[in-house]
Amino acid sequence: MNAALLLLADSRLPAGGHGHSGGAEEAVRVGAITGPGDLARFLRGRLATAGLVAAALSAAACALAARDDASAVDEPGRSYEPGRSDEPGRSYEPGRSYEPDRSYEPGRSGEPDRSGGGAEGEWRGLDAEADARAASPAQRGASRTQGRLLLRSARRIWPSPALDAPARAVPQGVHHPIALGAVSAAAGCSPHDAALATAYTSITGPATAAVRLLGLDPVVVHRVLAGLVPDLESVARTACARTAWEDLPAHAAPALDLLAEQHLRTEVRLFVS
Amino acid sequence: MDARAAIATESAGGRTVLGTLRSDPPLTMRQTGPVTVHLVSTAAGPLGGDHLELRIDVAPGTCLEIASVASTLVLPGPGESVTVVEARVGAGATLRYAPEPTVLAAGCAHRMIVRLALEEGASVTWREEIVFGRYGERPGTCHSRFDATIGGVPLLRQEFVVGDPAVDGSPAVYGDARCVGSVLVVRPEPPGPPFADAPAAGRTDKPPTSGRLTEPVLAEGCVVLPLAGPGTLVSALAPDAAALRERLTWGEARATRS
Amino acid sequence: MSANHDDRHDSPDPHGRALRLGVGGPVGSGKTALVAALCRTLGPVLRLGVVTNDIYTTEDADFLRRAGVLDPERIIAVQTGCCPHTAIRDDIAANLDAVESLEERFGPLDLVIVESGGDNLTATFSRGLADHQIFVLDVSGGDKVPRKGGPGVTTADLLVINKTDLAKHVGADLTVMSRDAAAVREGRPVLFTSIREVPEVYSVAEWVHGVVESWAHAREHPHGPAVPTTNA
Repeated sequence: MNAALLLLADSRLPAGGHGHSGGAEEAVRVGAITGPGDLARFLRGRLATAGLVAAALSAAACALAARDDASAVDEPGRSYEPGRSDEPGRSYEPGRSYEPDRSYEPGRSGEPDRSGGGAEGEWRGLDAEADARAASPAQRGASRTQGRLLLRSARRIWPSPALDAPARAVPQGVHHPIALGAVSAAAGCSPHDAALATAYTSITGPATAAVRLLGLDPVVVHRVLAGLVPDLESVARTACARTAWEDLPAHAAPALDLLAEQHLRTEVRLFVS
Repeated sequence: MDARAAIATESAGGRTVLGTLRSDPPLTMRQTGPVTVHLVSTAAGPLGGDHLELRIDVAPGTCLEIASVASTLVLPGPGESVTVVEARVGAGATLRYAPEPTVLAAGCAHRMIVRLALEEGASVTWREEIVFGRYGERPGTCHSRFDATIGGVPLLRQEFVVGDPAVDGSPAVYGDARCVGSVLVVRPEPPGPPFADAPAAGRTDKPPTSGRLTEPVLAEGCVVLPLAGPGTLVSALAPDAAALRERLTWGEARATRS
Repeated sequence: MSANHDDRHDSPDPHGRALRLGVGGPVGSGKTALVAALCRTLGPVLRLGVVTNDIYTTEDADFLRRAGVLDPERIIAVQTGCCPHTAIRDDIAANLDAVESLEERFGPLDLVIVESGGDNLTATFSRGLADHQIFVLDVSGGDKVPRKGGPGVTTADLLVINKTDLAKHVGADLTVMSRDAAAVREGRPVLFTSIREVPEVYSVAEWVHGVVESWAHAREHPHGPAVPTTNA
């Protein structure tokens, strides 16, 4: 573990995170979270779905950024492998195993490179994988906003060519887990660190929001978070399992989708999401 | 039990012909209309240990509709049951895949894989419904994965896990619902301008008549979500299978031009 | 120490971004009314944008829209997650994003006003967000407030004491407030207003216009002498 992980996971990192509740505000409004018990179930379910997906995207982004960074420093002339196509015309093999059978290659994209240019195309490819895992426009919007704010701050905190590529590739903001993965690499953290920080922020934001909205005892809520530490570790481990981008976890949380869309239609909102 | 069935359409003089209709019990299929095929399960299950694969190939410019005569009851057995559906839909082709729900019986251990590869200009409606046990029954476990691409670009990837204590009963995942379902709707770029439904539209509003939905539409337990790519997802949670179907049908009407 | 007065070395952006003016102060002191008044009075002469941080809803933005003083598109509401002071001081990312998005869409602008959500006497704007800041108090909080000080009162570039029309009803002595404010503010300006009676708030508008002109001058003459602001 790199100590920079502490900075990345700190809620005081000035990147706009305090304005997001990850669905908790709406869940409180509709009565789905009323106290520490249902908050714990909310957080655990969120971690196992949205948290796992985000952690895996973050680890992949960290690996991609680390490679970019290394190539920027060591091999300025190195060319990137173009993104691999998804084999749309792949022939049917009846006996083929249903399990992913492809080995991991950092940066191997599940979609064609649409950029016409190396690393930026790969960032767009990874970003498209995040898009395909976020059915709710409200959640995509919140994720891109947070990603944009994080990159804005991080490029001043940890200036690195590895952060310029994603910022250039998706000017409206890469998805937040992808930004967090890239920033982790720029800060010197490993993909596992990135996954851990991402999983952690996927539950601490909603937990803090619940404390503010319901006036819960912050010590009790921190006990809930402490109880999720084994889950955090297991999610980070799973998120780092080496696989092609197209096979990364894609766990859906339909209730979060509903909450996110309802939230945007609610007149009284204290949080962005 | 292992079974591999296949359906493939061909274009013959501008008409759709079922070129391949290969049943492999228990995956048995009957042609019930010019372009309609019903899945008829000729054995209980799938049971644990079964491995069932269905390959669907809709040739460019042809149409196919797949339904089933009854819901699929997934039962326990030695090991995991696996169903794999792999579908390709060509340019200008239309596929409607809308079988009856998958019901997870107590003790089952089920894996569902769907891989849907669309060419640009394909038109697809793909419905999935998962019911968490029969009435009053606590379901076994299920892990489903759905991957859809258009022209090789990812459109929708989503996994559902049932029977994991981390997600069961979580207000973030299924809440107190007993069923989860979705309908993926993909239409070729419509001629009309994109339309935004009234953001807080209720069920009484008339369905849209042209263009593609640009704003999500929301109702009790159901949300119609324009995806980042060229498609729309109807996502619903419900207390029972009948309510789930009603919600998905309502959502599908909002998502499509009619 | 001033929050901004020794911050003049922050040379204006060579690309000519707008001056960013923070407006803070306790709940109900008249921040939104002041921002509306500034838009009404300065709107015809300056290119404006507004970011509001109201903690409840888009109510502030709606208030400004209803006042008809600014194209509604030029007002962005930022949700601060129950922490208005965090959004203007500790983590300014969302507000910066809103300011820059206004400049992108409507730029070039002369002035972007960032109105904080109602907060306590210790809330001030980060220098990373606001080039200058106004702190708004009202007399109904009692005439001891300026003496109590706090970073808002002591360091803001301009202290506005509003609702002077209520002074006689609440027994507030404006002379005391003026004297105490002067003592803790080391000569930085204090203006008394009654936005209800004088909705154009000429005095504050004049001060704001002055800092905007000074900013624009520095932008055009990056190495020239600074022009003193009108009232500062």
